[in-house]
Amino acid sequence: MISAVDFESVSRFLKLHSGLILGIDKQYLLESRLLPLLRKFELADFARMAAILREQPSGVIAEAVLEAMTTNESLFFRDKSPFEHFTKVMLPSLNATRRPGDPLRIWCAAASTGQEPYSIAMTLLENPHLTGGRRVEIVGTDLSGEVLERARSGRYTQFEVQRGMPVQLLLKYFEKDGDNWRVKPNLRSMVDYRKLNLLHNFSHLGAFDIVFCRNVLIYFDATTKRDILSRVARITRPDGYLLLGGAETVLGISDAFRSVPSQTGYYVPNVPAMAGV
Amino acid sequence: MKTCLVVDDSGVVRKVARRMLEDLSFSVTEAANGLEALAACDIALPDVILLDWNMPVVDGLGFLTQLRSLPAGLVPLVIFCSAENDLDHIATAIAAGANEYIMKPFDFDLLREKLEEVGALEKAVT
Repeated sequence: MISAVDFESVSRFLKLHSGLILGIDKQYLLESRLLPLLRKFELADFARMAAILREQPSGVIAEAVLEAMTTNESLFFRDKSPFEHFTKVMLPSLNATRRPGDPLRIWCAAASTGQEPYSIAMTLLENPHLTGGRRVEIVGTDLSGEVLERARSGRYTQFEVQRGMPVQLLLKYFEKDGDNWRVKPNLRSMVDYRKLNLLHNFSHLGAFDIVFCRNVLIYFDATTKRDILSRVARITRPDGYLLLGGAETVLGISDAFRSVPSQTGYYVPNVPAMAGV
Repeated sequence: MKTCLVVDDSGVVRKVARRMLEDLSFSVTEAANGLEALAACDIALPDVILLDWNMPVVDGLGFLTQLRSLPAGLVPLVIFCSAENDLDHIATAIAAGANEYIMKPFDFDLLREKLEEVGALEKAVT
């Protein structure tokens, strides 16, 4: 069991370095995620871990704690509806307004273990008519170097490849790799993975047409959410799109994006804020 | 109520699958091999068939091939549910007319997602 004092200490560390807000009811989550690290680093107890986080907030253990706490379950084609917006609204509209040959750029801001960027890549390959032969760049970023390594490797367990993905796509885009499955090289090469903390500057990523920022803002407080959304808006093209997770919204949080009448699940930049781009 | 025929030579698997399917509001019938399954389909075609591969008498692939050649045999949605987990088996099953393929072991969420995938179940609101 973690003591109240140590829980408070670890929570403060997480808030400061990842923006993650851990409710007081999340003791169980914290224990279940960090217990393996106690063993791995041969720490006597959570008190010792909390002390190390205070003394060496950018050390190896601190890094491992951040990774363990910010990694989420990820499914292929999670929630389905974002991918319907993607193929029915976003790609047709962008393909119609962009000059032939101009590339499209897509950012997965919480790429995690790669299921979302690979789902986007598969969707593009399955619907070549939607992009009219233009090049599509997919940039996948995540706070955690460890999950990005997994994403880059494209290796998934038998259980993971079945979650959310039609078997026809498994046959087309994956190969058997021992007991696991691996994304084929042509699909892997479509995604550029980079380590990135959303609390830090990300303007160097360049401008994007579509931003998937799903199920990551939920971890931040309102001020941090507003800050991230305004910086996302600055690198989203005026006629571009933002996709959030099913339980997330910009409403009441940020004016940088607005919803589209009679459409839910995606947002567009509030263009006046983009003047001059 | 939608109907599902569970075809598996393991009574335990049939029981587990039945419980999951009933939680998803399916009316469930069972068959212990492909021959029993063909007899069941002769009486009434189910909406969905959850189909094991390795079974005595007539195996899953043999059953599927015969089912798809029946009049109206294309109607049931067939989800293979097998411990055979290599590309060749999966590709063979799909070529023979399976709509989806579950590699065992499976759990409730996976079964629900595959049923949604083939359109046998309304997608859960997310």
